[in-house]
Amino acid sequence: MQAQMTLSSKKTSRISRSFLNWRLVVLGLLCLVMLLPVFTVFQQALLAPSDLNAHLNEYVLPRVLFNTIVLVVSVTLLSTILGLAAAWCVSMYEFPGRRFFSWALLLPLAIPGYVMAFVMLGVFDFAGPVQNFLRNVFGSSAWFPNIRSGLGAVLALSLCLYPYVYLITRGAFAQQGKRALEVAQSLGHSPRRAIFSLALPLARPWIMAGMLLVMMETLADFGTVAIFNFDTFTTAIYHTWFGMGSLPSALRLAAWLMLFVIVVLLIESRGRQQRYTSMGDALSNSRESLSKPKSFLCTGFCGILFGFAFLIPIVQLLIWFIEHIELAFSSRYLEFFSNTLLLASLGSVLIALLAVVVIALQHALRTRNKEKQISFLSKLLSRLMTMGYAVPGTVLAIGLFVPLVWLSKFLVTMFGVSQLLLAGGLFALLLGYTIRFFAVAFRPVDSQMQRLSSHFEEVSESLGVVGIKKWQQVILPLLRPGILTALALVFVDIMKEMPLTLMTRPFGWDTLAVQIFELTSEGEWSMAAVPAIAIVLVGLLPVYLLNNQREKTLKS
Amino acid sequence: MQLTVSQLSHSYANVQVLKDISFTIADGEIACLLGPSGSGKTTILRCVAGFERPSQGVISSDNEIITSQTIHVPPAKRNVGMIFQDYALLPHLSVEKNVAFGLHQLSRTEKTKKVQEVLEVVGLEKLSKQYPHQLSGGQQQRVALARAIAPNPRLILMDEPFSNLDVSLRNRLGQEIKQILKHYDITALMVTHDQHEAFAFADSIGVIKDGELQQWDTAYNLYHKPDNRFVANFIGQGAFLDGKVGSDGKVQIELGGLDGQILQSLEPLQNVDVLLRPDDVIHDDDSPVTAKVIHKAFRGADILYTLALDSGTRVLSLVPSHHNHAIGEAIGIRLEVDHVVAFTK
Repeated sequence: MQAQMTLSSKKTSRISRSFLNWRLVVLGLLCLVMLLPVFTVFQQALLAPSDLNAHLNEYVLPRVLFNTIVLVVSVTLLSTILGLAAAWCVSMYEFPGRRFFSWALLLPLAIPGYVMAFVMLGVFDFAGPVQNFLRNVFGSSAWFPNIRSGLGAVLALSLCLYPYVYLITRGAFAQQGKRALEVAQSLGHSPRRAIFSLALPLARPWIMAGMLLVMMETLADFGTVAIFNFDTFTTAIYHTWFGMGSLPSALRLAAWLMLFVIVVLLIESRGRQQRYTSMGDALSNSRESLSKPKSFLCTGFCGILFGFAFLIPIVQLLIWFIEHIELAFSSRYLEFFSNTLLLASLGSVLIALLAVVVIALQHALRTRNKEKQISFLSKLLSRLMTMGYAVPGTVLAIGLFVPLVWLSKFLVTMFGVSQLLLAGGLFALLLGYTIRFFAVAFRPVDSQMQRLSSHFEEVSESLGVVGIKKWQQVILPLLRPGILTALALVFVDIMKEMPLTLMTRPFGWDTLAVQIFELTSEGEWSMAAVPAIAIVLVGLLPVYLLNNQREKTLKS
Repeated sequence: MQLTVSQLSHSYANVQVLKDISFTIADGEIACLLGPSGSGKTTILRCVAGFERPSQGVISSDNEIITSQTIHVPPAKRNVGMIFQDYALLPHLSVEKNVAFGLHQLSRTEKTKKVQEVLEVVGLEKLSKQYPHQLSGGQQQRVALARAIAPNPRLILMDEPFSNLDVSLRNRLGQEIKQILKHYDITALMVTHDQHEAFAFADSIGVIKDGELQQWDTAYNLYHKPDNRFVANFIGQGAFLDGKVGSDGKVQIELGGLDGQILQSLEPLQNVDVLLRPDDVIHDDDSPVTAKVIHKAFRGADILYTLALDSGTRVLSLVPSHHNHAIGEAIGIRLEVDHVVAFTK
């Protein structure tokens, strides 16, 4: 029998030794890489001299600042109202079509903002069918709001982002059940008052979480505002860097944008701590049946929302797609398509793999070390690593460019490799995806891991299956559902990703999203429908997963 | 395999969960740790399995140390089988693959042979291709047993193995598993909070409370010869009566002097609490001593009466079922105490 000698040293020396633990070092290094773009942006913005300071301060910054704030505030408000109202209807009332709307109102998640944007322009712009129709009926004097403005951007983004609020608050209302309302009514609150005195305050942490998600997405949005010509930080970064060629000014704008993001992150981490425990049994939730006119109102509201957010855009896309169906089979498009598929598969495999590795490291650190500090530190590191999802693609592109240029110069002088351009290559792009979407892969795998009973591992060890074999034969198969979810989610996210791909892709590597950007900048809405249809179709996959997940949790 | 645990102590973050636990299980013996939840019995099991390193103490198998301050044989090298409360069957593997999971050293043909053999022993040979979620609770339990015994362990550890099964199945499966363990001559240590399970299953039982071993004994002795008040209270039913030790060393209670063997060392003239088990109080219509029925619990073959003596003191009496008396009725009783259990006040 093999006996292992242990370190019988004092506790203090054990701690200092374990800080040099190789697993912790690896986690730390990964974390550094993930945070590198943010460090770079702030460091460069503070230290590097800017060539266009005066121009930036006088013309760009005030307008962009104003636009960004207006956009974030109005999109957040509008999508919260839409999402909240829809969630309230489907979880509290019984009305015709409720079951359908319950899942169908999530479908707009599959439509990226930039697709919604150009469809809206195509339908409602001066030359579009709606205004044409109005002019035919009312004459050329018929007034119509200018859609190619901030208004259009707010509408398009809200229609795409309300599902976040809807999804999260629907979960909260389902958990709360009718119990909360019944308690309030038994204490003398009228049903209407009970909504405001109890149900909404109880759901507040979830509503906040949904709002913050919307804020984050709006801050990061590039494609939508670009199409509406509504300049925010993201488009300003792009134009300053690629249009005016001023990297330092772009870096300063990126730092400004990151400040906003950090504020939202801080609010979010505070809000996380105050979710209430659920009241009563979720399944006991019975819905109120409404009088005819009221139920008509509910059906009408959900129907209109669904129509504008999903049905009309899809129908329009399909019409355009059929018009240009020959494009879809041209060799150029097949190339865009295969580029996109290649990037998305490479990226999702890479990122899911990294997520598994990080979880394995973290797990080993937790089980092998009794010291609290170690497991705390490893938790903190992996949490920092997931922060990358908050960094907008434009910031990421520019924050990676600077250190990678430096690195390739260094490698060229050190090893004499010629023409090694890391900064504008596949490597940079995949690294950027990894930073941005690591959290997307990490969360499902991590939650699967935390649900695993430690007994599986102990049984495996008591039967002599240890180390790598234990992972191969026991843990990885048990983590499979989580890993598959991670792969699917990351795949779709990479497919949809626009600014990072646009700014970092190697020469000639056009993807579907990039193609949409190029076609829409030339006003070719109908041709852009061809790549858009592919993106939307694949994007339906995570919506399906989300709905499936919810039904599973309801059943168990 | 003989398992010896000596002076085992363990703490989690400054809370001591085990204090100075020592016991020995003979080769082929089936032992049980019995105690209320949170008493530390599962921690002992995990220390023996090697999942937990105790702060102090030595664990050895056949006089070979497997756990001490300086030695820690990893769980994989202990040749110890483990059965969990939730069975921990691997959901992605079929029954036969689950059973074969610990047989990685065997050749393919040996493996199939062994799997077949143990599946026959547990009566699941027909279900070998099924997956865990397709099995009933009892069948899952059998798979867990088959998987644990397949690699020929010298010791099997079981953590509340029957708590997810209904009562009738629990008894039947308990007896079956006992026979299988005896057949393979495997030493076993089980943890439970259910004394009936422990009585039915184990050759010897250790009663644990607050991380301390109260008594290590046979079921009979725990019931009739408890070492302390906790064991007397925890095991079985009974009532404590005031008593006094006479100058002749005999214990006197209000129902008279007790003739049985006195277990505890008592000084003459001491005041004591005397334990009367329900089977110590015999119903006898001819007896001059009577007591009034306060409460009755029908149990099928017999009835458990709660009786009030003249002084108001209550005792329990187990009476065959055909002596059916109404509440309020006075019935004749006499004592038949073989072992006098008395604790000084």
